[in-house]
Amino acid sequence: MIEITGLSVQFGGVRSLDEVTLTFPGGTCGLIGPNGAGKTTLFNVLSGFVTPAVGQVMIDDVDLLAMTDYRRARWGVRRTFQTVQTIESLTVYENVRTVHEHAAEGSRSERQHAVDDVLSFVGLTGVRDEVVRTLPQRDRRFIEVARAIVGAPRVVLLDEPAAGLPEEETEQLAQIIRGVPERTGATVILVDHDMSLVQACCEWTAVLDFGRLVAAGPTGEVLHDEKVIAAYVGDEEV
Amino acid sequence: MVGRVQSHRAFQPAIVIALFVFAMFAMPSIFDATWIHNFTQMAIFSMVAASVGMLYGRVGLVSLGQVAPYGIGTWITVRLAFATDVPYPLLMIVGGIGAAVIGVLIGLPALRVSGLYLALVTLMLAVGVEILLFQLKLPNGGSGFRGVAASLTAITPVRRPVFAETDVAYFRFAVAVAFIVFMVAVAFLATKPGRAWASVRQSEPSALASGIDITRYKLIAFGLAAFMAGVAGGLFAGHVQNSIGINQFNRQAALLLIAVVLMGGINSLWGAVLAAFFAKILLDFLTQNVIGHQFWNDFALTIFGIGLMINLIQTTKSMETKGLLE
Repeated sequence: MIEITGLSVQFGGVRSLDEVTLTFPGGTCGLIGPNGAGKTTLFNVLSGFVTPAVGQVMIDDVDLLAMTDYRRARWGVRRTFQTVQTIESLTVYENVRTVHEHAAEGSRSERQHAVDDVLSFVGLTGVRDEVVRTLPQRDRRFIEVARAIVGAPRVVLLDEPAAGLPEEETEQLAQIIRGVPERTGATVILVDHDMSLVQACCEWTAVLDFGRLVAAGPTGEVLHDEKVIAAYVGDEEV
Repeated sequence: MVGRVQSHRAFQPAIVIALFVFAMFAMPSIFDATWIHNFTQMAIFSMVAASVGMLYGRVGLVSLGQVAPYGIGTWITVRLAFATDVPYPLLMIVGGIGAAVIGVLIGLPALRVSGLYLALVTLMLAVGVEILLFQLKLPNGGSGFRGVAASLTAITPVRRPVFAETDVAYFRFAVAVAFIVFMVAVAFLATKPGRAWASVRQSEPSALASGIDITRYKLIAFGLAAFMAGVAGGLFAGHVQNSIGINQFNRQAALLLIAVVLMGGINSLWGAVLAAFFAKILLDFLTQNVIGHQFWNDFALTIFGIGLMINLIQTTKSMETKGLLE
């Protein structure tokens, strides 16, 4: 469970997050909203890349904001990025191994087993020893997911993981994302503009707009909430 | 395996060993004393070039100041060679460690900047060390901390290892040291630090999100690079013995170094060998053996300058498009 209380982020005159109070219950949760709503800012706060002006984030009774950025990853906060950030010059195996050897513990054989296991989970065993720069976008997206879930993550932040993927590959990705909580015990937070992906993966969803929490609850109900529809279509009365 | 392009992978063992054996046993029989002198310079310079290439190509740190640890390594080794009877190879290691310590200390404030700003900071470092060496002067067998004798008649040559007192033996020694230093670099690149550096170079936010302590690994990179350059400095001292000038470590040398490194290529350790070939063999060949000596000298430097300019333009473009966060 991730408890966010009174979180505000200010960039000059712009308030990217405005007193957001929100609890992610666990499992796979959606985080949606129009462009500029503050979704990635919230991810950056959780990752330690952005320091909030005020607020608190508690995960399993641990004060997340007290930890430095890379220590959060070691503690279990993992993420992907909107732009693929895989390491071009390394192989698929080395990409995932790099995360495991810094953010997880284990002997050499345990590490190899953990990395191979997660590669099998995301369906990349066949390209295990390929250098990433030779691989297509789909594989790079899946490598990012593998990097985020290897070891023992507590929170997995997926920032538009399906961006640029065709429908068929998005469905494959959805299948993988749905399996992450059961496999790792981590809470997954999915940001995506593809509502079919959010619906397919998330039992629970929160909606941000202009840095404020608009709605939160079961995904089916939230997507039909008038305030949420207004946030997307711009109803001035709301 | 498809697409194996990493520098430690591209440094194929069979080719390396064949070249090493060729250099150690065939080259002294093929080339005369002048060329052996030049190839010794090339072996030494390749280590400095590798230190620059490793920092830039593998960690993404643009350093124009690697002549500084090169000069510091030279000074420490020369000073200790005159002051002690410690075996010369050990002095070179001490010189390398001294350069590494200073390299890490300098790296600390440099961590706050990156890209072209880091290049400027490190160039200022090179200027600072140049001024320091100009004031200290290189030891020449005198007494005191500086070890500088006032009278020219007091100059004595820097001693060499007992097993490498002749030029040919010293060439072999230089090749062996370069081989070892390159293997140390490969060992780092092929293991945990190398993967961390690759991650940092690709994307610092992604590296942080992978649990990588970026500051620690950048300092390790600065330290290792300075150590490599420092050891090369010690080797250089024994090579030239009594004609060491600080112009080897000045700002022009710093710019020439980065230019040839970029020309040689920064994504592979072979690039460092090629850079050393450009700077110490090709340039000398053109200026000493081709009609119009000065023309070739100027022409070669112009080519190196163009190479540097192209790379800086590309780096700037890459920095502009590297918007990783929202």
